[in-house]
Amino acid sequence: MPQEISPRSSQPNAPGAALSRRGLLMKLGLMFNGLVALALAVPIVRFLLASVTRGRSNGYLAWVPLGSVSEFPEGETRLATFRSPFVTPTDGKTIDTACWVRRVAGEQFQVFAVNCAHLGCPVRWFPQSGLFMCPCHGGVYYRDGSRASGPPERGLFTYPYRVDNGLITIQAGELPTPGASVAAVQGKKPPCA
Amino acid sequence: MRLIAQIGEWFDRRLQLAAPIRETVEHPVPRNTASWWYVFGSAALVIFALQVVTGILLAMIYVPSAAEAWNSLQALNHDVTLGWFIRALHGWGSNFMIAIVLIHMVQVFLFGAYKFPRELTWIVGVFLLLMTLGMAFSGQVLRFDQDAFWGLGIGASIASRVPILGPAIVKVMLGGPIIAGATLSRFFALHVFVIPGTLILLVSLHLLMVLKLGINEWPMPGRVVKKATYEAEYHELIEKSGEPFFPYAIWKDMFFAAFILLAVGACAVYFGPFGPSGQPDPTIIQTVPRPDYFFLWLYALLSLLPPSMETPALLIGPVLAILGLLLLPFLSGEGEKSWRRRPIAVLTVLLIAITLGTFTQLAGFAPWSPKMNAWSADPVPDRLLHGSTALQRQGALVFQSKQCRNCHALGELGGQRGPALDSVAVRLTQDQLIRQVIQGGGNMPAYGKNLKPSETTALVAFLETLHPPGQAAARDAARDAVLKESNKPHSGTE
Repeated sequence: MPQEISPRSSQPNAPGAALSRRGLLMKLGLMFNGLVALALAVPIVRFLLASVTRGRSNGYLAWVPLGSVSEFPEGETRLATFRSPFVTPTDGKTIDTACWVRRVAGEQFQVFAVNCAHLGCPVRWFPQSGLFMCPCHGGVYYRDGSRASGPPERGLFTYPYRVDNGLITIQAGELPTPGASVAAVQGKKPPCA
Repeated sequence: MRLIAQIGEWFDRRLQLAAPIRETVEHPVPRNTASWWYVFGSAALVIFALQVVTGILLAMIYVPSAAEAWNSLQALNHDVTLGWFIRALHGWGSNFMIAIVLIHMVQVFLFGAYKFPRELTWIVGVFLLLMTLGMAFSGQVLRFDQDAFWGLGIGASIASRVPILGPAIVKVMLGGPIIAGATLSRFFALHVFVIPGTLILLVSLHLLMVLKLGINEWPMPGRVVKKATYEAEYHELIEKSGEPFFPYAIWKDMFFAAFILLAVGACAVYFGPFGPSGQPDPTIIQTVPRPDYFFLWLYALLSLLPPSMETPALLIGPVLAILGLLLLPFLSGEGEKSWRRRPIAVLTVLLIAITLGTFTQLAGFAPWSPKMNAWSADPVPDRLLHGSTALQRQGALVFQSKQCRNCHALGELGGQRGPALDSVAVRLTQDQLIRQVIQGGGNMPAYGKNLKPSETTALVAFLETLHPPGQAAARDAARDAVLKESNKPHSGTE
């Protein structure tokens, strides 16, 4: 079919012009590539968002043990560490996290994240003055975790806890951040100290 | 010599690059742009090349795993021959690169080089600045130490404040629910592949446009840019006073680039590599994280903004700043180029420089942070306790043991979060002191629940002694009168 071998000067995609074989192949080629790109984009995007979608379906939160209740004297606040429930082989030391455990009385506890509610630096407990102080931007909290002064807009983050057979466990697994809407991270409102 | 020429000819017959290269390096530039003011762009490019080379060398030893990164940095610092030097070159190169990029940007702004027809060159430049800052932040993360770990936490806390999408952004950024192995690996990919790749692409575009549009001529007061006539005028200028870039102008670029490389090397030898500081162990909370030099201003800003303004400022501020930079060439694409006729431009640069400089300087000693060990490390100055009563001395003990010192300095030692208390008795009466201690306020926690009445009494007795000799403590005259009245023996008449 010699008439299909159009001369170079003809414009295959000019409006109104009859669709040439070359033009059609060009369009088909583009569409084919587009389809393949789309097919590949789906797994790529799913891979990139895996850390979000996984959090939605199974959740990262789990109950992890902190230790025996007897390790935490009544009326005092102690540092405890727990192992992250979600671990990958290259995590190194980052799988262990610290938290502040305040035993209010009996089996009544408050478990605070060490992360300042301002921007996440580790707060330190000063039992003498009954204050948590943050070394970064100067956030200060009272012993019950409520905000005392500085830039934080709220009190310390608390982990939900359970006491079973003298063992205290907390629900943890996500980095507590000021914007997180995860109810578990926000915890209950701390009772008045 | 003949042989070399023959080999050269053999290659050029196949590559055909000699002519275009010659044409490029010998392109005419306006005579007065062969100036020491025009060397910063090429210097930034040379430092970028240094970063690429040293970065590749570091990647030969560095292990991008949260379990191994810190150890591999220690190996680079201490075991690998000259590993410390390559790390130092890369670290100092990063600081110099940001500095030179900023200087380049200021020069371009003050010389009006962003105006027509070089708007897109400026816009690409803005993205180059963002990429450079991205390299600095991701590079700080790769130095996987305590500062990097908690710095990531700060980044995540900022990102989490984005409405609705915040938590998802945090998980994408961290590669999981916490700062861990996946976090470091993805920052490695960003720092080593994504951002440098983008940088190379954008730098090529940037350079291409400089060549195609010609270097910005030296701005003359009164020579106004008009879209209709500028290109013809520039063409005429080149015709009249154009000189080949090579060798007329390039020697200054070469000298400056070499000088900057020498300065990077000197800093690397003299100051050595940056860190790593302590191990990235989240259970070690005895740490005082600090950002790298070029993010110190942000650290200060985050401490000084009122809490209610912080989230809007964090989320809207950068968008506005970047938008402003991108829109600049469209808002003032024509008109005067010379900084002599653009006082607002000069004042803007000065204002931004002074603001950033002040914030950076403040962040150097962070007066907003409590000094975490002042209560146990900085003793009460002896002179404040001379001739004091037992009660006042007890008060000084309370002052130390209740960590008041972490925020309040005495004798220039201690925290600066609150005011220094060397002369607090002049400012506050006894009643005001008691109220301030018990109720707090003005950014001070209330100590009412943490002090026994006896401790408050002792503490206030000590604070009342804190006034300069020869200057009386503040007192409430009405209170004195009332006390005097009530202490009078009753006469019983009337």
